[in-house]
Amino acid sequence: MNLRSKDLVSIKDLSAGEIEHIIETAAGFKDVLGRDIKKVPALRGKTTVNLFYEPSTRTRTSFEVAAKRLSTDVINIATSTSSVVKGETLLDTARTVLALGADIVVIRHKCSGTPHFLARNIDASVVNAGDGTNEHPTQALLDLFTMKENKGRIQGLEVAIVGDILHSRVAKSNIYALSKLGAKVRLIGPPTLVPDCMRDLGVGIYADMNAGLEGVDVIMMLRIQLERQGKGFFPSTHEYFRNWGLTAARVARAKDDAIIMHPGPMNRGIEIASEVADSSRSVILDQVTNGIAIRMAVLYLVSGVKE
Amino acid sequence: MKLFIKNAHLIDPVQKLDNICSILIEDRKIQEIHAQAAKGRGQGAKGSKDHKPGSVDEVIDARGMLVLPGLVDMHVHLREPGFEYKETIRTGTEAAVRGGVTSVCCMPNTNPVNDTPGITEFIIRKAIQEGSCSVFPIGAITKGQKGEELAELGMMFDAGCVAFSDDGRPVVDSMVMRRALEYSRIRNMLIISHAEDLSLAAGGVMNEGLLSVTMGLQGIPAQAEEIMISRDIALAELTGGRLHIAHVSTAGSVELLRAARKRGIAEITSETCPHYFSITEEAVSGYNANAKVNPPLRTKKDVEAIREGLRDGTIDVIATDHAPHHKDEKSGEFDAAPSGISGLETSIGLSMRLVDDGVLTIAGLVDKMTCAPARILGLSDTKGTLKPGADADLVIVDTEKEYTVNAADFRSKGKNTPFDGWRLKARPAVTIARGRIYRWE
Repeated sequence: MNLRSKDLVSIKDLSAGEIEHIIETAAGFKDVLGRDIKKVPALRGKTTVNLFYEPSTRTRTSFEVAAKRLSTDVINIATSTSSVVKGETLLDTARTVLALGADIVVIRHKCSGTPHFLARNIDASVVNAGDGTNEHPTQALLDLFTMKENKGRIQGLEVAIVGDILHSRVAKSNIYALSKLGAKVRLIGPPTLVPDCMRDLGVGIYADMNAGLEGVDVIMMLRIQLERQGKGFFPSTHEYFRNWGLTAARVARAKDDAIIMHPGPMNRGIEIASEVADSSRSVILDQVTNGIAIRMAVLYLVSGVKE
Repeated sequence: MKLFIKNAHLIDPVQKLDNICSILIEDRKIQEIHAQAAKGRGQGAKGSKDHKPGSVDEVIDARGMLVLPGLVDMHVHLREPGFEYKETIRTGTEAAVRGGVTSVCCMPNTNPVNDTPGITEFIIRKAIQEGSCSVFPIGAITKGQKGEELAELGMMFDAGCVAFSDDGRPVVDSMVMRRALEYSRIRNMLIISHAEDLSLAAGGVMNEGLLSVTMGLQGIPAQAEEIMISRDIALAELTGGRLHIAHVSTAGSVELLRAARKRGIAEITSETCPHYFSITEEAVSGYNANAKVNPPLRTKKDVEAIREGLRDGTIDVIATDHAPHHKDEKSGEFDAAPSGISGLETSIGLSMRLVDDGVLTIAGLVDKMTCAPARILGLSDTKGTLKPGADADLVIVDTEKEYTVNAADFRSKGKNTPFDGWRLKARPAVTIARGRIYRWE
């Protein structure tokens, strides 16, 4: 099975079947990661460019490891070391990257829609590694992969996503992916960060965390961006933790076998208590490993699409 | 030079004309209008007169076409001085006449800002030298459009400004806006409000709602416009100044204006633009920066309310807010693209759809696009009508023939339109601007 598009810019563009196929492919690559020799020649001779307009260590490293495990050459371009600071346009940068021989461009950008623009304008495959407050498709895919590994299914799961939903590309990609695969989503957080209109997506909305966590299978915590403080979204991190911090007592509201997820990096003591982050329920490190497998699957599958 | 137009189906609400007429133009003015005999009613109907061959320099046969007073567009960005890479007085007025617009009011957010009589005079002189149609500058309300100190409104008015606006920005300080509306009474000057609560709109790039959330774009709620309109209505009532609300985009704004008119306390007028009654926020889907405009495109409910506001007379004027930008600026990151639509060349075609949809009569549409703005701007002696003595500004359109909008063919330097590829009617075949003839097709 092939994907329909040469690009992965949005979960919205994927069918349920395509999402399942990516996860199945990732499961195969995960076996590779457990071997002594952690590398396959699947994309030997191809070139992947990581074009990161926003600082990122985790996602960039994860894509880099994934690309190297597939034997592609990897070039990392970060804004601080490129001509972007000289005012080059996005399209000119992308064309330059193509002229260098890129087959796949992995892009992260602070402006939503930038990967979409790039995908329309260049022939290489474009993979969205996070665009503004829009989407982070590979994060959602690795989250679903992790849920499936731990729960055996996605269909029918009750998943609570807690925190700054409005600005979270992780939350949005997860909402779309989970809905497509038949999970039920609840959004929990202050009304300043969880817009009421999102009910129209078919999700539940809770300001009260205790009520929202009642009986869920998965608790997905989001990182609170500390720069949101002082912008009026919530009065203080102290008050935030009192209302929406994940404590052991709150975890007890969920199902006994509920798992705890976090895309990282965590703010311990702000959105999640240390004891919870380090508990046996936490699958946070599984997410990191699965991230590599998912990104291998995505790079591999988009490369197979000829337009 | 004498010009004779025959078989013209003339629509002029000022003269209450909706007849087949002949029009005699001489010395850049309308000299005579004569009703022709209605078809099948024989010769000799009252006022009928055939032209005598040889007595005129040129004859235009407008059979099958509508002849309207040239459009008066009271909200245009000509970008000169300072942003000539986006548009110039020359290219902007070429775009105007291609769109049937013969009077253009240009907004002051140039560089330097039109906030002194010297800049006003520069624009007027440049328009006489290079312009294809009449240009009426709009001066800044405050120096540098900074919202702090009043600009020299009286002297700019005397130099030729027909209204004042800090367009592109609101006058944030209520006291400054109050003073502007009060002071404007010295010449009964018009104050045009760009109504936007900047703190509520901060960072916004499209309408706020589910679509903005799911596109990851910061939204601008309708209330950002409505709060400011409420304030400005209150200030108009307080001061007795003449207030005009620019680019009305929301259902709530229409409701506020309707209520103000019902109270009848102040003289308040308003305008909307073709994009606000033609398309919704859905047009930005796919991060189409050519649909990025401020105020943003709204919802279906708002579009319907704007149409109702036009129908019941709450909204007086259709203006374009013609905002040309360079293609490089509209390409790339959506957040970084400047707001604005190049509107002069699609204005009449989009507006004519209101007639097809039964929102306005043809006379009602002509009123919103010519007579009403001319009246509001104090230009009705010479503009917005084809009565004898008025400027020879008119447009001849075929209201049945369809064409495809092709942005690449725009006379404007700004090709930024969400209407590229649309099928529209009523593209001008001939525009006459102060007696100068522009002919296409």
